[in-house]
Amino acid sequence: MHTAAGVEACLPIRSDMDLVWVRQHVRQAAARLGFGLVDQTKLVTAASELARNTLVHGGGGQLEVSLVTADGVSGLRLAFSDSGPGIPDLERALSDGYTSGDGLGMGLGGARRLVHDFEVESVPGSGTTVRVTSWVGRPPRPREEV
Amino acid sequence: MPEHEAGGTLGTSTLEVRDFLRRRREQIAQRWADEPLFRTVFTVSRDEAVEAGKAVVDALAQVADSQRVEDPDAAGFTGVREQLARMGAARSRAGLSATQMSSELAALWPPVENLLVADLDQAPPEELRECSTTLSVLMGTLRLVAMQTALSEGQALIDRQRLQLLEVATPVIKLWDGIVAVPLIGTLDSARSQVVMETLLNAVVDQHARFAILDITGVPTVDSLVAQHLMKTVAAARLMGAECVVSGIRPAIAQTIVHLGLDLGTVKTRASLADALGYCLHELGANIVNATPDGAGRR
Amino acid sequence: MSEGFSRPVAGHVPVLRLGDVLLVTLQGDLHDSTAQQLQQDLSETIAHSRVTGVVIDISGVEIVDSFLGRVLAEIAAQAELLAARTVVAGMRPAVAITLVELGLTLPGLRTALTTEAAMELLAQPIVSSRSGGLRQGSP
Repeated sequence: MHTAAGVEACLPIRSDMDLVWVRQHVRQAAARLGFGLVDQTKLVTAASELARNTLVHGGGGQLEVSLVTADGVSGLRLAFSDSGPGIPDLERALSDGYTSGDGLGMGLGGARRLVHDFEVESVPGSGTTVRVTSWVGRPPRPREEV
Repeated sequence: MPEHEAGGTLGTSTLEVRDFLRRRREQIAQRWADEPLFRTVFTVSRDEAVEAGKAVVDALAQVADSQRVEDPDAAGFTGVREQLARMGAARSRAGLSATQMSSELAALWPPVENLLVADLDQAPPEELRECSTTLSVLMGTLRLVAMQTALSEGQALIDRQRLQLLEVATPVIKLWDGIVAVPLIGTLDSARSQVVMETLLNAVVDQHARFAILDITGVPTVDSLVAQHLMKTVAAARLMGAECVVSGIRPAIAQTIVHLGLDLGTVKTRASLADALGYCLHELGANIVNATPDGAGRR
Repeated sequence: MSEGFSRPVAGHVPVLRLGDVLLVTLQGDLHDSTAQQLQQDLSETIAHSRVTGVVIDISGVEIVDSFLGRVLAEIAAQAELLAARTVVAGMRPAVAITLVELGLTLPGLRTALTTEAAMELLAQPIVSSRSGGLRQGSP
């Protein structure tokens, strides 16, 4: 299996400069775990979307990157957390219509489609944590009902 | 059809059968070596086939000894399972269907029956009948075991090949300078469509193709998921600066698309690959003139 | 970029003028602020120099997220208002696949395989039936 060295990390998300570090770290970690080019790109893009959410809507926070394994398959788990105002209406935030506006909230629904597993925990007033996981070599999941 | 009497007689006859199998081990193996199932699999030498036959006879004798002639899970079969799987795999590689394989397995019975009749010609007809019945049950069980192993081996093979097939089954054809095509055959699931999309888009870059044709003549059904895959591919190609045309929409598929209310709105479609090629050539500025007045016109 | 962090591009993106066309080459990982700066600079340059076309070469860009995607779309829309056409050239397959999955298909954005193809596209008269790679408005 893979070693956690160079993969696991805790990165601050405080400025748009940090977004660049987040993308670079996630790309390197994904490459190290053996993700293909398209899957790397998807994961990095999802990370970029979610990190920007953390920065813009959560007022900053952090990303925790960890290596996970299940049934002998490696995966990369990214946990974005902030202590911002939280998401009042999760369902709406995840729907596509919501994302097409002026860009606020853009990316939550989109990012979900770029990864295999996706979960959000949000407590209004105390913060939001988004956890996503992608697995090496697993085909993309089919999009939910059209 | 074998009639099953109470355990007692069956018990004696299985031991009789066991002794027969041990006595005639060599002869049975010799005859089997001439049967297609052994002859075509063990091709190095006849001795190899005979040895393989002996292994199977030994297994049968062991199963008879344990009085479990009807049980495919009998311990006696364990030793030959791998060999049976190998034989099954070899036959299926040679193109045999499961039914054909089953009849090849059935062909192993007559030589054994003949030997049994010859062997027991002094015994009372009653005893011969019982032994024959028991032995045929045992051979039936062997057939079952062989089919089981062959099929499970086949499944493992299918799983392995499925992954390779994904890539092999997506050939990209350069039809013209700047035009590539992918003929899709079979079902499009999400793993496959990911491969198709990547293959097609990489070809677009490598070949500097302004046009990419996805031909779905060989795709049995188009449901909303497939339609979605097609639209994604088209959208991605467009982002890269290429135009993607979907061709091979059979009338039945066109009907399905309309019935399901699928919106292929942004997707350029053509009935046939030829029509799609004609469209692309026209867009590239090529002038297509028909040699015959009734040939396929450009669209 | 396999090992070691490449320095994020901060500050300005070089904008090259080739006749009537501005050529912008994006490379590596862009800062949000750099992208916004570029958007501002470009509209000023277009207004002052009266170019008729803008080519943005993104063949060196490894990821385009919704932010950068939106910046590109806005640059194109602004240029259009200033009577210049924008072509985004050289998007990598992996980037295109990801954008589509993200739900950002950027309709209305002109695209081309390479900068050369983009230049050719811009050299064509504005009303053209042979639009190949570029988006044909409504069917």
